[in-house]
Amino acid sequence: MSGTHRKAIGVETIGMTMRFGAFTALDDVSIKVPAGSFHALLGENGAGKSTLVKCMMGFYHPTSGDILVDGRQVAIASPRDASALGLGMVYQHFTLVPSLTGAENLVISREKVPGVIDWRKERGELAAFMSGMPFKVPLDVKVAELAAGEKQKLEIIKQLYLGRNFLVLDEPTSVLTPGEAQEVLGLVRGMTKAGDLTVLMISHKFHEVTAFADDITVLRKGRLTGTGKVSDLTHKAMAAMMIGDQPIAALDSRAAPKPDAEIVLKVKALKAPDRTGLKSIDIADLGVRSGEIVGIAGISGNGQKEFLEVLAGQRARDQGEVVVRGAAYAATRAEARALNVRLIPEEPLKNACAPKMTVAENIAFRTFDVDGNGKPVSWISAGAIKSFSARLVEQFKVKTASLSSPIASLSGGNVQRAVLARELTGEVDLLIVSNPCFGLDFSAVAEIRARIMKTRNAGAAVLLMSEDLDELLELSDRILVMSDGALVYETPIAQASVQTIGEHMAGHH
Amino acid sequence: METTDIGLWGVPLAMLGGAIRVSTPFIFVSLGEAITERSGRINLGLEGTLVFGAMSAYAVAVMTGSPWLGLLAAALAGLCFGLFHGWICKFPKVNDIAIGIALMLFGTGLAFFFGKPFIQPSAPDLPAIPFGAWSDIPQVQAALNVNVLFLIGAALAVFLWWAFRNTRVGLIVRVVGDSADAARAMGLNPNTVRLLATGVGGALAGIGGAYLSLYYPGSWTERISSGQGLMAVALVIFARWNPLGCFAAALLFGGAGALGPALQSVGVTQGYYLFYAAPYILTLIIMIATSSPSRTLAGAPGELSITK
Repeated sequence: MSGTHRKAIGVETIGMTMRFGAFTALDDVSIKVPAGSFHALLGENGAGKSTLVKCMMGFYHPTSGDILVDGRQVAIASPRDASALGLGMVYQHFTLVPSLTGAENLVISREKVPGVIDWRKERGELAAFMSGMPFKVPLDVKVAELAAGEKQKLEIIKQLYLGRNFLVLDEPTSVLTPGEAQEVLGLVRGMTKAGDLTVLMISHKFHEVTAFADDITVLRKGRLTGTGKVSDLTHKAMAAMMIGDQPIAALDSRAAPKPDAEIVLKVKALKAPDRTGLKSIDIADLGVRSGEIVGIAGISGNGQKEFLEVLAGQRARDQGEVVVRGAAYAATRAEARALNVRLIPEEPLKNACAPKMTVAENIAFRTFDVDGNGKPVSWISAGAIKSFSARLVEQFKVKTASLSSPIASLSGGNVQRAVLARELTGEVDLLIVSNPCFGLDFSAVAEIRARIMKTRNAGAAVLLMSEDLDELLELSDRILVMSDGALVYETPIAQASVQTIGEHMAGHH
Repeated sequence: METTDIGLWGVPLAMLGGAIRVSTPFIFVSLGEAITERSGRINLGLEGTLVFGAMSAYAVAVMTGSPWLGLLAAALAGLCFGLFHGWICKFPKVNDIAIGIALMLFGTGLAFFFGKPFIQPSAPDLPAIPFGAWSDIPQVQAALNVNVLFLIGAALAVFLWWAFRNTRVGLIVRVVGDSADAARAMGLNPNTVRLLATGVGGALAGIGGAYLSLYYPGSWTERISSGQGLMAVALVIFARWNPLGCFAAALLFGGAGALGPALQSVGVTQGYYLFYAAPYILTLIIMIATSSPSRTLAGAPGELSITK
């Protein structure tokens, strides 16, 4: 397998149309990805990008349209057919088996695996294969123990190992640090330049597209709305192709920070066990002032999630103190209410909602058991919940079929809008936010960021944890980096450099 | 046979012998359950399979005069129970634990129903190898009289440990147990793999049952199992789904189970009933000691319904 010379293949679709019942997910889309090129596929959520690539990979059977591989028309009825033609896909979520080692993952995914595996021979062959790869990944470690960047490299290596030389990468850098993203995409770019590989990358990040891709294709609502060479297009032109003429919420201008404002949140010498129970997170000292956004950057899995869970009351702490406006804070409902602490956790449907309860009930979680003056009530009024929620749904533009639909039936953006409506209504002194825009589309992202900025300008202290460095740079007043469970670096936004932050995220200091 | 008084030495010796004798059904049931759980499914019905295996082995041995045919019958019966469990669980929204409990009651009930006529007659035993023949002391001879099934179980544990790493089938079972999505992406059908894994697990539990009725205690009664099938399931979790760990844990449980009879045999007359409860108390202690509220079990297959 290592000795064979790989040769990139070109893929083309002609007039792809895909209908699900009355809904047209893909309408007459033709794209051309020549051999050895790096092609970017852009579009909002629901624009039809994944439908298109699933048709190419044989997961869906298009209603009409043809696929050409190296200029010849082919029939792709199943993922197996696609694989036989050399077409492979790297998914946004890892498909490696966590409890198996890298070597075991590679060998078992092969088409033909011998009944008894001779590991000595396989290791030798894998070593020979890896020596021809630009990627370096330890293969004898359980995949669960690899960093996200290494997993992503291993996913790509797996596709190459299986002899696939046309790869669809579905938002390959969404879980990587800027440094890792640069490295992975750079290596992939090198392989396309050498003519070993053809890549079709689904992406949201314009700067990556500009840095690595040759050409782009843009989809909107299932139609092709633009195509061209990256060198001829500006980010603005790409954005226009993606979102059309719908209005985008503008970010409030940043009110001037007050360096002597009250420190609302203080965290001192906090220690808590992490998810595995083997390591612990250790926050020595953190303060967030009223009217500022403090961003916490870090690669996922470095303790941000645990830190948020401690602040949210989802995780017990071993020692240390959390103080909000001078009062010890243990995240009970009474304390959160008295101190005006609000929380927007990541994956809101899972962490901030009861998925099967209605939109109205979910929006009323903070207020359903108190009356207008904040006194506890003993009889809950469904009417009050309804009218309160109706007002918020209107105000935060939550798109829902009805107030009594289960909140799980809403799209990701609308779930997040509903959670924002609940958390940002009333007085907010401290807002804790984690990855608020993950997986949301352009307009939802812009609106959510605008709301967070508005809350800051109204005087709230905001602690923002995000894996998206662009988001942190856009919103934060100060950026801290969390690595290996501790805060290792701090910079005011004016002096922030992506390079330095990235190095600290990777633990290189 | 003349009795030699070896005093309190009789207790550890009886426990060793007891561990070997009592542990064999634990070994087979827990290895079977380990295979099933590694594929991502829990079969709590193995208690029923064990009892039904014991009954069918005894019945066939009585009728044919061959303990080996009885063993085969028990394995086949266990296979059927396992396949039935696996087949029901492939339907969406079916809970494997609930089906397991139903099958446990079904298996024991069915065994009692068919087993009534076989309580009286006596069946030939499975052969044992007298490793203690070198000694003159009868207690040593008794303790080292090892049944062939124990040896097969030990070999099977080593084989499974090796096979989970070094064979295609072993890796496939682990893939399916850890990530059904990854398995589907490889073109594997998780339901088929789990069906077969549950079937094999059932067959091994059936063999464990055959040991109960054909060697130790060596007769068919309705109280033959007393929850050993259920304890074996707990033991798999304690052993972290590792076949070698299953073997060691089975020995430990067997030794604990032999504590009561051993004390009784050296003349302890008070409170030995408490020691009969040793395996159950051990189960509780182990479960409490190895669980933690703040982290998931290391080594647990990702697809298991209890760890998801």
